[in-house]
Amino acid sequence: MMTTAFPRRSLAKLIGAFTGARVLAAEGDSPPQLPEQAIYYANHSSHLDFLTIWAALPPDLQNRARPVAAKDYWGSGLRKIFAEQIFNAYLVDRHGASGPRRRRSHAGVSPKGQITGMSEVLAAGDSLIIFPEGTRGDGETIAEFHGGLYKLAQCHPEVPVVPVTLANLGRILPKGELIPVPHLSTVVFCAPIQLAAEESQQVFLTRARQILVECLAEHQAIARDAADDATSPGAPPRQDHP
Amino acid sequence: MSDWEFGLLDSSALGLLGGVLGALVLASVIAWILGRKMGATSTIRNLKQRINAWWLMVALIGAVLAAGETLTILLFLVLSLLALREFITISPTGRADHKALVWLVFILPPLHYWFLWEHWYGMFSVFIPVYAFLFLPARNALAGETKGFLQRAATIQWALMVCVYAISHAPALLQLPVAMELGREAAEGSAPGAGGATGAHLLLFLLIVVQGSDVLQYAWGKALGRHPIAPSVSPNKTWEGFIGGVLSATAIGAALWWITPFSPLMAAALALISCVMGFAGGLVMSAIKRDRGIKDFGSTIPGHGGIMDRLDSLCFAAPVFFHAVRFLYA
Repeated sequence: MMTTAFPRRSLAKLIGAFTGARVLAAEGDSPPQLPEQAIYYANHSSHLDFLTIWAALPPDLQNRARPVAAKDYWGSGLRKIFAEQIFNAYLVDRHGASGPRRRRSHAGVSPKGQITGMSEVLAAGDSLIIFPEGTRGDGETIAEFHGGLYKLAQCHPEVPVVPVTLANLGRILPKGELIPVPHLSTVVFCAPIQLAAEESQQVFLTRARQILVECLAEHQAIARDAADDATSPGAPPRQDHP
Repeated sequence: MSDWEFGLLDSSALGLLGGVLGALVLASVIAWILGRKMGATSTIRNLKQRINAWWLMVALIGAVLAAGETLTILLFLVLSLLALREFITISPTGRADHKALVWLVFILPPLHYWFLWEHWYGMFSVFIPVYAFLFLPARNALAGETKGFLQRAATIQWALMVCVYAISHAPALLQLPVAMELGREAAEGSAPGAGGATGAHLLLFLLIVVQGSDVLQYAWGKALGRHPIAPSVSPNKTWEGFIGGVLSATAIGAALWWITPFSPLMAAALALISCVMGFAGGLVMSAIKRDRGIKDFGSTIPGHGGIMDRLDSLCFAAPVFFHAVRFLYA
């Protein structure tokens, strides 16, 4: 069922080249040091997000990283083959029940079964790539997190939780668009965080989200409001569109 | 002089490339000696990276010229697309611009380069400044987002003019000899490669003079630079670097007159114009980068930065050189 290593590496290179992804560690520009197993969570603005994180991982970690993808989008036809055969994605049902597509209802809700499934993936020693916003945003703001990240961290305190910030991918393939337009993007692996003893769900999720918010502001500032950057004294204030 | 040809390269073009390779060998040796003497400082590492990238770039240009005009045009199309990607990344465009960006990246540049490949000079020269210029904002207005409209539309136009239209005048030199020898009418629709080795000479002349000017301005500036020209734009661009670099690159251009259809004096004049335009290009791109708060456009070429960091001077020099030669010789 698994494809061989070579085409997967080539595909990873291809994805990295297309998304122009620069892979950084939050501290310093060197390639990030990543733990053997982790729960990667990232901001979500594009269907390219999980592909990009997957492609940014070093080969040995890549083989054991399973992106969590929505069954309603990735669960049928070519996409399913793509997601399951190549990226080894773990498909979840975001709508709880397996009823007809109800895009507006319960988006991102994490029913018990879903967490159990993901927990099994972690117990087997694999890593997970998850998007706690539950749905794609506009690429500039990060929505409130759903509880799944907290529950996974709680069930598996031994697995490091690694924040991953994705900048500019929402500009390559924004929500609702079919044709991706190449931009240079950035993948930032931040230092792992841990669930503190007695830390409530609310506090943990706020803290986890805040890391991405700050990191995104730093890396998106380049394209957004460079005018008030310290390196451009005297530049007139610019009026950016949203 | 040349009784055999290899694609667009004849023996004098090969001699010229040989000279460039000689200069690269010299540069590599100097960098190696400096590295031994001063240790692996970041400046030395950057210098070595830059020189290694030059080896690759020279090899690439040599290879596509040997393969003919079609492949050379394709190379410049790819360079244009990579430059466009860097440019739109730092542009204030957003979701509402996506459809216009699809046109900007996937449809307009291939069409423009196709007109170039067809040797359809009329269409090549007006397609972007007239048709694309009017079409893009109209497409963008249909998307309905009015906030920052002029700024977004203007940036998209700028990206297309600089990254595609301006750069494409470098490979356009390849077909110029047809108009120079047979007249402008005969050049229209001539076969790709019809410019032959003379076209390759023009392109190599421009590339050597303009890129040489960049390198020499950097070297003169490092050695003697005291008085910055525009400190708020780029503290590294000094009068000493500018004058020293432009004059020495002009001298190189004059010394290369034998490969061109120009007299030594005309070769010097055209080299001078190209170097000054190249400087202007570098200055303008620095201003853009400074405004956007970035140091480089990207990291595609190790040591140099992005494609646009290397091609900024060529963007401004190529169209002016092209039209000066066409006006004076065709």
